[in-house]
Amino acid sequence: MSDVLDRADIGHNEGDDHLKIVGTRPVRPDGADKVTGRAAYGADFNMPGQLVGKVLRSPHAHARIVSIDARKARALPGVKAVITGDDFPNLADEFHEGGEAASNLRDMAMNVIARDKALYHGHAVAAVAAISSAIADEALALINVTYEVLPHVIEVEDAMAEGAPLLHRHMFTEGLEARPDKPSNVAKRNRIARGDLDAGFAAADVIVEGRYTTKATHQGYIEPHATVASWAADGQCNVWSSSQGQFMVRTYCAKVLGKEISDIRVTPAEIGGGFGGKTVVYLEPLALALSRESGHPVKMVMSREEVFRATGPTSGAVMHVKLGAKTDGTLTAADVELKYQAGAFPGSPVGAGSMTALACYDIPAFRITGYDVVTNTPKVAAYRAPGAPISAFAVESAMDDLALKLGIDPIALREKNAVRNGTKASYGPTYQNIGYLETLQAIKDTEHYRTPLGPNQGRGMAVGFWFNVGGESTAAVNINEDGTAVVVTGNPDIGGSRASMAMMAAETLGIAVEKVRPMVADTASIGFSMLTGGSRTTFATGMAVVQSAEKVIAELKRRAALIWDVAADHVIWKDGAAYCLDPAKADEKPLTLEAIAGQSARTGGPITGQTSLNAQGAGPGFAAHLCDVEIDPETGHVTVLRYTASQDVGRAIHPAYVEGQIQGGVAQGVGWALNEEYIFDRDGHMENAGFLDYRVPVASDLPMIDAILVEVPNPRHPFGAKGVGEVPIVPPLAAVANAIRQATGVRMADLPLSPPKIRAVLDAKGA
Amino acid sequence: MVRVVASADLRRFTGGLEAFDVEADTVRRLVKALEARFPGLGDYVDRRMAIAIDGEIHQDAWTSPLKPDSEVYFIPKIGGG
Repeated sequence: MSDVLDRADIGHNEGDDHLKIVGTRPVRPDGADKVTGRAAYGADFNMPGQLVGKVLRSPHAHARIVSIDARKARALPGVKAVITGDDFPNLADEFHEGGEAASNLRDMAMNVIARDKALYHGHAVAAVAAISSAIADEALALINVTYEVLPHVIEVEDAMAEGAPLLHRHMFTEGLEARPDKPSNVAKRNRIARGDLDAGFAAADVIVEGRYTTKATHQGYIEPHATVASWAADGQCNVWSSSQGQFMVRTYCAKVLGKEISDIRVTPAEIGGGFGGKTVVYLEPLALALSRESGHPVKMVMSREEVFRATGPTSGAVMHVKLGAKTDGTLTAADVELKYQAGAFPGSPVGAGSMTALACYDIPAFRITGYDVVTNTPKVAAYRAPGAPISAFAVESAMDDLALKLGIDPIALREKNAVRNGTKASYGPTYQNIGYLETLQAIKDTEHYRTPLGPNQGRGMAVGFWFNVGGESTAAVNINEDGTAVVVTGNPDIGGSRASMAMMAAETLGIAVEKVRPMVADTASIGFSMLTGGSRTTFATGMAVVQSAEKVIAELKRRAALIWDVAADHVIWKDGAAYCLDPAKADEKPLTLEAIAGQSARTGGPITGQTSLNAQGAGPGFAAHLCDVEIDPETGHVTVLRYTASQDVGRAIHPAYVEGQIQGGVAQGVGWALNEEYIFDRDGHMENAGFLDYRVPVASDLPMIDAILVEVPNPRHPFGAKGVGEVPIVPPLAAVANAIRQATGVRMADLPLSPPKIRAVLDAKGA
Repeated sequence: MVRVVASADLRRFTGGLEAFDVEADTVRRLVKALEARFPGLGDYVDRRMAIAIDGEIHQDAWTSPLKPDSEVYFIPKIGGG
């Protein structure tokens, strides 16, 4: 670890007058490769002699695995390996941090490949490696699995009901006052409460309440999971894969396979989207085990259908919200109940959903109760601000109803109850340096907000919150002999981090950003970094980059002093060059970085700086969104006419990327609101496991999304950055729903608000 | 003395006590003091919780300093997407 650690006083954020690169919009360093098709994604990597790996998946939503007979598959010519759960060690029921929040190792291993029971349709049961795809498919068909089919449960409230089929007989609900005497599908109940709830509601002049539901939705990344793994004869392993964290892949592969971490090297591929869904392992341990058994490298690529059936999604949920307020709009009480699907293993994002549900509001009395519930569906994975869009949909819908009931402008209602600096957040801490009110004001200041609506049109607004995190990161800045620089980090670039890393390094060094080449290194080439997620990379890894560049500057000054033969404290660094302050050497011209780098061999060798840190103090993100829709009264189709999103971003390092993050989050949120849902048949099989039937918005479905960057700097970051990637997906579900409510005059509380549902509402109204 | 506010989930360790004072100048020392006063609490928060120090969230941060009048609040560790 660096002795610098994280520092609040680096001093680049005293004002941006001096900034030359931060805040500009240079060409993205990964752009040319991506638009010309040269970028190497997970499935683009190949090795000599590699085999094709494929997975046999459970045809049942819930079944005991009585036996697996793979003799015929193993005997098939061209088949080099067949593995089942028996080929993996049994892991303890313990949590381990592999790159972000802790995961239960036993559950993770059993999600990678089933052991005694298949817990969802699509759960991996066995895997094969063969010399061709066709032979691998044939081998899968020859594996004879005997199942004892068990009753299954998909919907969250069904899973909570008395007598529901139990997924895990060892699971007793945590978080209750007393340990229950029988197992349950409810893994945990959490509760956040403050004040006297009964008195709060008694003091209210107006009460609104409602029941809201959302369906499971997938992260919808375009690139399916893909990996190539090689297990050498000496036990040394190499993995190439598409993920949000090569160190995460390394750690979890080591744990699932019972290996030393140092035996595994993971090289990150270019990533075609993750959005949280690539923060876990699925294929990598299987490919390694197949390589171990076969002696060959093994390549595995999921089909889109497998991605839907066996990865992600996020939770479906059932929620109840009750709000009490005075006639002037002052909130007096709130009671929120959240029931989230976890999928086959505990770990829904209901905890974060609970903490964020009321995070925008200052309410004297509230109670938030969350339930983490297992169901016979794929284990949920993180999805952009995990849990927050779901609870925000319920709370922001209720706030909209409250505004209507009180006859108060929805923005004014939110302003009246807004958290401010010094407000104690509903989840505990006291806010500092937040820009929430500024995001509301930015929306009020738009022309959009004042534009009249036409027939069948509606306007809705909603707000959102996300914590953002820091965490462990390593970065290196290496100076080349021609004065250019390489910035090396351990974070896959899922949202523009290479550009922001290069810009922050260039800004600090005082050189052109085109002189800095950002790279994402494998696990053997850079120190540990937590995965790219939680909106942490520009904040935390960026901090490491800036500190590394500062170490380089210190070394450059020392080298310049050596060249000039002056004391080091007689050298300053400014605009990419060393200046001599020694009065006796007044004639010395400045030494550029290039000039010093060209003499590095004679002055002490390569010039590098590296920093490892655990960044603390990531500033939270707030957003306010405004959405216009138009309803087609004949078809029930909803067109999003106009969308404006304002967000406190701290300081935008590369504003175009930040705008892109906001636009991307809105697009995904609109899809969640209008179209996307997992549809299961009576056997618990997903019926729409493909992009034709699982409809994500495409460009022609969306208007230009106007992004307003509100900049309230985070004093903990050298340039004031806050995480930006997650909060943009929090408000859209409710913003769209509130716009539809205004257009139809009816509150629709069950997502997605697809044309048949809209039509049904219009039919009921006699439209 | 540092003011510790225990969320509802942590009160099973504190016998229902919501807020109390602890002598500590770093997170590491706070964790040790919590464990000494409420067995199990220090270990639990060390493994499972993030700590908000005067409103600023810290995770896995033994060296983070605490002021004599700091208020700390434990929340589950935050991940993200």
